[in-house]
Amino acid sequence: MSGVAMPAPKRRHIHWSRVIVYGVMIIFLLFFLLPVYLLLITSFKSFDQVSLSRMWELPTSFSLESFNRAWNGGEGVIGMRGSFWNSVQLVVPATVISCILGSLNGYVLSKWRFPGSETLFTLILFGMFIPYQSVLVPLVEVLREIRLYATIPGLILVHVVYGIPITTLIFRNYYATVPNELVEAGKIDGADFFHIYRHVMLPLSAPGFVVAAIWQFTSIWNEFLFGLIITNDPQLRPVTVALQNLSGSQFTQWNVQMAGALMVALPPLLVYIFLGKYFLRGLLAGSLKG
Amino acid sequence: MRQAKTLSAHPARQVRWMNRDRAIALLMIAPSALAIAVFVYGFIGWTAYISMTDWRGLMITTSFVGFENYLTIFNTGRFQTNIRNLIVFTVFFLAACLIIGLLLAVLIDSRVRFEGFFRSVYIFPMALSFIVTGVVWQWLFAPGNWPNDPTGINLLFKQSGLGFLQAAWTTDTSVVPGWRIEGLRTRIGVPMAMIPVVVAAVWQMSGFVMAMYLAGLRGIPEEIKEAARVDGATEWQVFRTITLPMLQPITLSAVIILGHISLKIFDLIVTMTGGAPGNNTEVPGLYMYEITFKANKFAEGAAVAMVMLVVVALLVVPYLIYNRRTEVER
Repeated sequence: MSGVAMPAPKRRHIHWSRVIVYGVMIIFLLFFLLPVYLLLITSFKSFDQVSLSRMWELPTSFSLESFNRAWNGGEGVIGMRGSFWNSVQLVVPATVISCILGSLNGYVLSKWRFPGSETLFTLILFGMFIPYQSVLVPLVEVLREIRLYATIPGLILVHVVYGIPITTLIFRNYYATVPNELVEAGKIDGADFFHIYRHVMLPLSAPGFVVAAIWQFTSIWNEFLFGLIITNDPQLRPVTVALQNLSGSQFTQWNVQMAGALMVALPPLLVYIFLGKYFLRGLLAGSLKG
Repeated sequence: MRQAKTLSAHPARQVRWMNRDRAIALLMIAPSALAIAVFVYGFIGWTAYISMTDWRGLMITTSFVGFENYLTIFNTGRFQTNIRNLIVFTVFFLAACLIIGLLLAVLIDSRVRFEGFFRSVYIFPMALSFIVTGVVWQWLFAPGNWPNDPTGINLLFKQSGLGFLQAAWTTDTSVVPGWRIEGLRTRIGVPMAMIPVVVAAVWQMSGFVMAMYLAGLRGIPEEIKEAARVDGATEWQVFRTITLPMLQPITLSAVIILGHISLKIFDLIVTMTGGAPGNNTEVPGLYMYEITFKANKFAEGAAVAMVMLVVVALLVVPYLIYNRRTEVER
C-alpha cells in the first residue's frame, strides 16, 4: 500500500484541525480494532479464566486450550478440523475453475465481441446480484437429480457457476486495458483464437488471475448459505457452517467460539495482509467500471 | 493476407461476423452462458412457478394457485415485520456506511501520517465472513444483567464511567415509536434490537465504502480544486461544489453494492440474533430459509424469494442498463 504520488506539497498546518482529524481517525481505529482485541484476548484465555464479568481483562497466562477444543472438539463440541479440510477441498478447485472460465469469458467479451455480446455480458452480470434464495429449491432438486446433492463436488459446481459473473467481470475489465492492436496484430499474422490467448493474453494476465483468485478464494471461504443448504451432512460442511453450529450451541463456552472464529478468519486475513493491493482491486472491480 | 490488412483498416464494418475464430469464441463462452441461463434464469423461472403452486410438505401432486401465496405472505404479520425490519436495516446501514465511508476517505485523503496503516485497519473486516463478524459482535452486544452485572460493551461502558450508555441491545424488544396502523399486522418504527446488527454490518462494510470514495477522491485533478481556491473559495465550498458532485457516480455504485447486500442479508442475522427477539430482527432472507427448509412450505418460501428478487432487480437492473449505455458511449 503506497502513500506516494502526492502532487503539489501543501503548507503544513499544525493546527487544532489536525488534532481533530487524528482524533476522529483514532476513534474509528478503536472501533475497528475492538472486536479484534476481544477475539484475541478471549481465545488465549484458559478455561478457568473465562468469565463474562472479566471479559475485557487480559489473560493472566497464555493458553491454547480454546483452540484445541475448537479444532479437535470434545465435551459436546464438534471440532472444526474436518470442516477446515472440507473448505480447502472446496475452495481450491472452485477458485481454479472459475478463474479459467472467467478468463476465457473475459477474453471473448473484450476481444471477440459479436452481435449481442454486450447484452450477454449484462445478462451474465445480473447473476451476481440475485438473492440466492430465488434459486435454492430448484438448485437442490437438480443437484439431487444429478447425484451431487450433499457432496463437495456439488458445492464446487455451485460456486463455479455463481462465480462466473464476477470472474467474467474482473477479466473482461482487465483485458479491456490490453491494447486491441496487440490482438489485431496477432490476427494479421494469422494467429488463431487460442494462439492469441496463449501468447498474447495469458502472459499479461497474471494480475487478473491474482485479483480473481483472491476474490473467489475469500468469497467462497466466507460463504454460508450454499454451504448450509447443500451440505446437509455434518461430515461435509464448510467452516462457516461449522462455526455457526459452534456458536449456536448453548453448551459451547464462548472462548471456544472465539477461537473458532479466529481460525475461520485467518486464511482470508492472511491473504488480505500479504496481497492487500490485489484484494482491494478485486473489491473495487465489482463496483467500478474499467 | 491482403484481405486481412483491409480487415484491420476497417474492423467494424468489414469483418464478416462469422469465421472459424469467431465460431470458436462463441463455443468458448457457450458453457458459461448456458450455465447462467439454466442456474440463474431457468431456476428463477422455476421458483416463480413454485411460488404459484400449493406445494407444501411432501406432496406428490401440486396445483396452480396463481398469486395466492403472495397474498398469504403479505397478509401475515411476520412477513410484514420482515419488510419493516429490512427497510430499517437498509436505511440505517446505507446511511451509516456512506457517511462514515466518506468521512474516513476525506480524512485519509487529507495527507495524514501512517495513511497505509489506517486504511488497512479500516478495510480489513471486508476480508472476514459475516459469520465471523456475527459471532464476535454477538458477544460484544450480549447485555448481561445490566446495569449491575453487565457483559460485553455494557461492561466496557460501566468500567469506563459511561454506564448511562448501557442498553438491552440484541435483547431489546421495543419498537420505536411502534405505531399501529389500521390494516397492518406489524408495528411501524425502528426495532431497537436491529441497531446492534446494523453496527456490526457497518463495521464490516464501511471500510469498503471508504476505499471506493478514496479511489474517487484521488481521481479528482488537484488543478480544479486549486483553481477554485485561487478564485477565493473556502475549503468547505471546494468540497461542496467540486468534490461532492464529482463523487456522485461513486455514491451511486456504493448504494447499488451495499443495497443489494443489505436486501439479501442473511448470514449476519442468523449468527447474531437468529431473528430474535420475537421476530424483531428477522428479514425476508431468513424467513424464506425458515419456512422453506424447516417448515417445508415450499410455495410460500418461493413467493418470499421472488419478492426479494424483484426488490433487488428494481435496484440493480436500471444500474446495469445505465452502465451498459455509458459504456457503449465510450
